[in-house]
Amino acid sequence: MIVIAKIIIGYFILQGALLSLVAAYGVVRLPDAYTRNHAASKSATLGVISVLLGVFLYFWLIEGHMNARIILGIVFVFMTAPVAGHLIMRAAYNTKVPLWEKSVQDDLKEDRKKEGVKG
Amino acid sequence: MAFQILLNFSIAFIWMFLKGEYSVQDFFNGYFFGLLMIFALRRFFHHRFYLWNVFAVINLIYIFNRELIMSNIAVLKIVLAPKINARPGIFKLETELKKDWEITILANLITLTPGTLVVEVSDDNRFLYIHAMDLEDAEEARKDIKNTFEKAIQEVSR
Repeated sequence: MIVIAKIIIGYFILQGALLSLVAAYGVVRLPDAYTRNHAASKSATLGVISVLLGVFLYFWLIEGHMNARIILGIVFVFMTAPVAGHLIMRAAYNTKVPLWEKSVQDDLKEDRKKEGVKG
Repeated sequence: MAFQILLNFSIAFIWMFLKGEYSVQDFFNGYFFGLLMIFALRRFFHHRFYLWNVFAVINLIYIFNRELIMSNIAVLKIVLAPKINARPGIFKLETELKKDWEITILANLITLTPGTLVVEVSDDNRFLYIHAMDLEDAEEARKDIKNTFEKAIQEVSR
């Protein structure tokens, strides 16, 4: 029982670390602010959640101490990370950060032109 | 829906008072019988039986988790590919949802979908502008959003 728990905990923590690494790598490698935001907001979310889940299971199953604060932390990260991603995206667009030159489509720009908004 | 839950709590407390025993076990017994009563009297409420809404919320949480994992795999593939040949772009999506909280949840769900992120919600709440990592999948993403997410959210608010 303890051995199975240890394997699962190890898996979660390794997965979280790996996803955080991929997120950092993506931020370095991807071409423009928008695609970087994709990598940062998604992989980092699941990475942090996995690490927290591993920590929670470790204290619960092996130390016998249930810490509800970690669960709350998971819920908060889960709820706020997409909103943060959206706000950064929106701020970048409204301050006219250019899209990558290989981008193929920009519906928002056309609609803004139609409405006569400068930008 | 909130009214039905409150009523169910009241029935559970009345059950505890009738028995004269105040424990968690008695509360849950009373809650269960209150659930049966509300189910039997469901035609007198304006909204449907609230347990279906609870199931819809659970379904939505399940979709959230599934999409989170799928989107991470998608991002992993793009980031670790030897050459970045994604074709990003912003596309427009019309939504039928009306209330603010519904659109917020839809935007959060889209953010967690593989390769999409919401850039802007139009002022009249009718359109969402979505940045997609790879526009070739965008058509599929659009269908996905239409069929699964919107329906799941509408199911919750019905």
